[in-house]
Amino acid sequence: MISLSGIVKTYAAQPVLHGVDLALEAGSVTTLIGPSGSGKSTLLRCVNLLEVPQAGALSVAGQTLSFTPQSRPARDAILAVRRATGMIFQDFQLFAHRTVLQNVMESLLTVHRWAPPKARARALELLEKVGMQHKADAWPGELSGGQQQRVAIARAMAPSPQILLCDEPTSALDPELAGDVINVLAQLAAEGTTMLIATHDLRLAAHIAHQVVFLDAGRIVERGSPQEIFAHPSQQRTETFVATLNSPLPDWVI
Amino acid sequence: MPPWLTLALHSFWPLLKAGLALTVPLTLFSFVGGLLLGFVVALIRLFAPPPAVAIVRFYIWLIRGTPLLVQLFIIFYGLPNAGIVLDAFTAALIGFVLNVGAYTSEVIRAAILSVPRGQWQASSAIGMTWAQTMRRTIVPQATRVAIPSLSNSFISLVKDTSLAAALTVPEMFQVAQQIAAVTYEPLILYCETALIYLIFSSVLSAWQTRIETRSMRHVPKLEAAQ
Ligand SMILES: Nc1ncnc2c1ncn2[C@@H]1O[C@H](COP(=O)(O)OP(=O)(O)O)[C@@H](O)[C@H]1O
Ligand SMILES: [Mg+2]
Repeated sequence: MISLSGIVKTYAAQPVLHGVDLALEAGSVTTLIGPSGSGKSTLLRCVNLLEVPQAGALSVAGQTLSFTPQSRPARDAILAVRRATGMIFQDFQLFAHRTVLQNVMESLLTVHRWAPPKARARALELLEKVGMQHKADAWPGELSGGQQQRVAIARAMAPSPQILLCDEPTSALDPELAGDVINVLAQLAAEGTTMLIATHDLRLAAHIAHQVVFLDAGRIVERGSPQEIFAHPSQQRTETFVATLNSPLPDWVI
Repeated sequence: MPPWLTLALHSFWPLLKAGLALTVPLTLFSFVGGLLLGFVVALIRLFAPPPAVAIVRFYIWLIRGTPLLVQLFIIFYGLPNAGIVLDAFTAALIGFVLNVGAYTSEVIRAAILSVPRGQWQASSAIGMTWAQTMRRTIVPQATRVAIPSLSNSFISLVKDTSLAAALTVPEMFQVAQQIAAVTYEPLILYCETALIYLIFSSVLSAWQTRIETRSMRHVPKLEAAQ
């Protein structure tokens, strides 16, 4: 299980997260919904310490780190958290100078020091799983967005992380291309991958999530099952926000 | 055979020999040393605390704002007054390394900055250390951006090494001056020297094009991705 408690993140005296508590059961899928600027990306990035919180505690990979405004955790502790987590980004961020196969092998070779044949076999296995084995030798720039995102999922999953963090994985994709990515994420969910997904996409938020968390202005307003949040929200703010998700308006209006 | 051609043929080998024995090594050592210095200076400018940044900015300002020939004279003819005596080759090498370092540090810094922030984050997210990110992700992508400018610096350096003649380094231009002094044929000798420099820089340009093509393998796709 991964848990966050009392997470506070402040950028230059501007608080973005005001003491967030969140528990992620092993094998569960949690989606994070909320307006733009509500702190979804920041919260995700606090889980793998791309951003280090100023207060609170994070338990991941069997260790608990506590944060204070004055100090950062030790470098090795931060690296250990990152090695136990995988992340995919809205804009994919594949390594542009490496082929698809090399992208997936990179963490295994450089970070986890696997022997190349073993890393290669693992990478090919993952590429097959995301349906990208036929592009193993392509450059990232030769792929569509949906294909790049599937490769990014394979890259993040290569070292078998304890949790997959997804920051709006389908926001940069056309609806049809997004479908392929959603199918891959749904399959991972079915296999028991622990996931935390920030998204505006109801196919992810409503259909594959076990828990939905509504974040607004850096606070968790409400959390519950997809039915509770989408059909019977208890808070007015949740209801208003959910209505915008169902509307045909594009994401940028939100 | 006309006498000018005889002279040109006779002096060709001594000139080429001086070129291969001194001009080429001086260029290569200066460039490798200068690139290393330029890389370190670029890293300091990007990542070091303000006092270190101030020091390297001063160094860049000093080198870029003064003539190379004057710098070489200070190192070779001036420093002995301060008790530092260097042989001509070493003095020239130090001068060129300092120069290449100052100019390429700016190119390298810009190239590192051109790598998208997301590439740093993707590297951190898979657990790479800062050094691994630099070595595996940032430097390879920055190199691709820097190669055209760095190659131009390299070709300029081949020609700039002729300034070492003024420090008595017996490189190609110095040898040409010696032969011209005894044969009274400066026009032939200096034209011939120019021709050999032209050959050197053409070979290097061809080499540069090959390296650039290789480093650009994935670039059309990069642009498509943006
Ligand atoms: N690196 C940063 N520096 C300063 N402010 C930031 C930074 N990253 C995010 N913010 C601010 O934090 C708030 C939350 O941003 P973010 O987590 O990206 O929200 P979301 O992903 O929900 O759209 C926004 O107001 C944003 O401007
Ligand atoms: Mg965001």
